[in-house]
Amino acid sequence: MSETTANEPMRAADGTPLKRSLARALRRQKLRALGLILPLLAFVIVGFVFPIGQMLMRSVDNSVVTDTIPLTVEALRDWDDDSGVAPPEEVFVALAADLQVANEARTSMTLARRLNFEYSGVTTLFRKAGRAVADWDIPNDGPYREQFIEVDDEWGDPALWSAIQAYSGSYTIGYYLAAVDKTKISGEIQNRPENERLHLMLFGRTAWVSALICFMTLLLGYPIAYLLSTLKARHANLLLILVLLPFWTSLLVRTSAWKVLLQEQGVINDIMVGIGFLADDNRFQMINNKLGVIIAMTHILLPFMILPLYSVMKTIPPSYVRAAKSLGANDWTAFWRVYFPQSIPGIGAGAILVFILSVGYYITPELVGGPTGSFISNRIAYQWSGAGNWGLVGALGAILLVAVLILYWVYDKIVGIDNVKLG
Amino acid sequence: MALPNYASTGQRVWHYSYLTICALIFFFLIFPIMVIVPLAFNAQNFFTFTPEMLRFEAAGYSLKHFDDFFNNPDWYRPLLNSLKIAPMATIVSVSLGTLAAIGLSQSHVPFRRAIMAVLISPMIVPLIISAAGMYFFYSSIGLQGTYWGVVLAHAVLGIPFVIITVTATLVGFDKSLTRAAANMGAGPVRTFFKVQMPLILPGVISGGLFAFITSFDEVVVVIFVGSAGQKTLPWQMFTGLREQISPTILAAATVLITISVLLLITVEMLRRRSERLRGMSQG
Repeated sequence: MSETTANEPMRAADGTPLKRSLARALRRQKLRALGLILPLLAFVIVGFVFPIGQMLMRSVDNSVVTDTIPLTVEALRDWDDDSGVAPPEEVFVALAADLQVANEARTSMTLARRLNFEYSGVTTLFRKAGRAVADWDIPNDGPYREQFIEVDDEWGDPALWSAIQAYSGSYTIGYYLAAVDKTKISGEIQNRPENERLHLMLFGRTAWVSALICFMTLLLGYPIAYLLSTLKARHANLLLILVLLPFWTSLLVRTSAWKVLLQEQGVINDIMVGIGFLADDNRFQMINNKLGVIIAMTHILLPFMILPLYSVMKTIPPSYVRAAKSLGANDWTAFWRVYFPQSIPGIGAGAILVFILSVGYYITPELVGGPTGSFISNRIAYQWSGAGNWGLVGALGAILLVAVLILYWVYDKIVGIDNVKLG
Repeated sequence: MALPNYASTGQRVWHYSYLTICALIFFFLIFPIMVIVPLAFNAQNFFTFTPEMLRFEAAGYSLKHFDDFFNNPDWYRPLLNSLKIAPMATIVSVSLGTLAAIGLSQSHVPFRRAIMAVLISPMIVPLIISAAGMYFFYSSIGLQGTYWGVVLAHAVLGIPFVIITVTATLVGFDKSLTRAAANMGAGPVRTFFKVQMPLILPGVISGGLFAFITSFDEVVVVIFVGSAGQKTLPWQMFTGLREQISPTILAAATVLITISVLLLITVEMLRRRSERLRGMSQG
C-alpha cells in the first residue's frame, strides 16, 4: 500500500468511509429489530403494565374526600385535634353545605364508604346527617353544631373529626397502613384492634406455606430429575411425558381432582376406611385447610421444579462422580461433595420459580384452602368483590407485586429469563 | 441407570428403594388426574367409587354426566365461549409474539434484557393483580364485559409463552440461510415466508398451543374482565366447585384431560421435528 492510502480512512464501494458505512448498517439493523419488537412491546405496555400501574395509583389516591367535602376540609384545617373538643361552629356550617351539594350529586355515600375504612360507623353517621341536612336552610337555620349532635352524639366526638382531618389530603398512606394492620389516630400510627389484624398474618402465611411447597416440590422433584438425567434420551423423553401431562392439564381439573380425592367422603378416606386403617366416623380432614393447599399445590407446581432441575442435571458430566469414586469417595460423599454442588443452579432456578408462582396463587387456595388455608390473593379478591375497597386492593397488590418483582429480578440475575424452559 | 455387577448388597437395596420412590412420585403426579376419568362415568351422583363400579358391573357406569355436559346450556355455552375466545387470543399473541421474537433474536438489540423482562412479566405477576388492573383499565375504555376485552386480556397472558418457545427455536436458526435467500434476490417478506417461517414453524405452533391452553384454562382474569356473556368453561367449573359441586364437572374435566393429552402429544411431536430440522436430535 502506498503512503497516501494508509492515512486515509478505508472506504466502502460507494466512497463513504467504511466506519460510517458500518455504523449506518448497524443502526439500520437495530431499528429493524426494534421495529419488529415495537408492536408487541406497545401492546404489553398499554394492555398490561399501564393498567397495573394505574391500579396501584389507587393505593395512594384520596381525592374523594377533598372532592366531596371541600369546604369542610378547608374549615377543619385550623382545628387542633389535640384540643379534646369537637371543632367550632364554622366547620359544621361547612359540612352542612358540603352535604347538601353531595346529596344532589349522590356522592356522599362514596365518601362515607371511604371514611368507613378508617373509622367504623361513619356510613351510618353520614346517612343520618345527609337525611337531616336535606331540610335545612343554610345559613339561616344555625347553629348547626347542636343540630348535628342531636342527629347523632358521635358528631361531637373529637376522634371522628380527627379521623376526617387525618384523611383529608389528596394522597394518603392510609391504605398502606391498613395493609400492614396499622391505622393513624391523632397523627400517631398505631396497631389496629386485635380482631381487625389480618393482613400481616396472611402475608406471613402466604410466604411460609409457599416456602413449604417449594421445599416439598424440591424433595419430590430432585429424585425424578436425577432419574431422568441418567436415563437414555429415548426413555427419558417417555417418562418426561408423565411430568408434562400434569403441566398441560387444566389447573381447575387438577384442583377438582384433589377436591374429589381429599374430601371427607372422598377416594382416599374411602380407601383408608376400606382397609380398616380408619374408623368410618373418624375420617381425616384433609381439605379446606392448610394441608389440602400444600398437597394440591405441591402436585400442581411439581413440574415447574422438575423441568429446570432436569435441564441443569443433563449438563453435569457423569465422569466427575466416577472420578470421585475412583479417588476413594463412597457413594454418599461422591454425591454430596461432587454431584450436589453442581446441581445447585437448577435448585435455585426451580425454587425461585415455584416460590414466585406460589405466592400469587388464588384458585387453589380458594377452592381447597378454606379459612385456614387462604392466601393474600384471596384477601385481595375479597377486598375487590366483597368490600369494594379498591385502595386497599391497590396497597395489598403493590406489596405483593414488589415482593414478586424482587424475586423475578433475582431469578433474572441467577438464571436469566431467556433460559426459562417449557418442556 | 443399571447397577454394575460388583454392587454391594447395600447398594442394591438403595438402588431398588430409589426406583420405588421414583415410581411413587410418578404415581403422585399422574394418579390424581387419571382417577377423574373413571369417576366421570359414575352412574350415581357421587364423587367416589360405588361398590358397583369396583365390581366392574355395567350398571355402575353410565354416560349421563357427559350427556348433561353436552346438552345442558349451563355447560355447553361456556364451552362454546371458550372455543370462541381462546383461538382469537392465540392469533393475537402468536402474530405479535413471533415478530417480536424474531426481532429479539437479532444480534444487536438495544435494551434486550429489559424488553424481555417486560414481555415475560405477564407470566410472573400474580393473576389477581393483573386481573384487578385490567378490570379498571378495560372499564375505563369501555371494553370491560366485552368479547374483545377478554380476548385482548388473554392475548397478553399468552405472550410470554410464545416469546419463550419461539426464541428457543430461533437460537438454533442458521442466519446464513436468510442471507443466502437475500443474495438470490428474495425480499425480506419473501425470505420470511419461504425460508425462515417453515423452519421455525414447529416453535411457533407450540408457542401457539401454549397460548391457546393459557387462555382456555384461565379463570381469574376472565372473571374480572368478562361478564356473564363471556362465561368460559373454567369459569363455570370454578363456580361449580365453589358453590354446589355437580358431578358434571367430572365429565368436563375428562373432556379437558383429553384435550390436554392431544395438545401434549402434538407439542412433543413438533419439538422432535424441530430438533431434527435443526440437526439437534440425539437420536
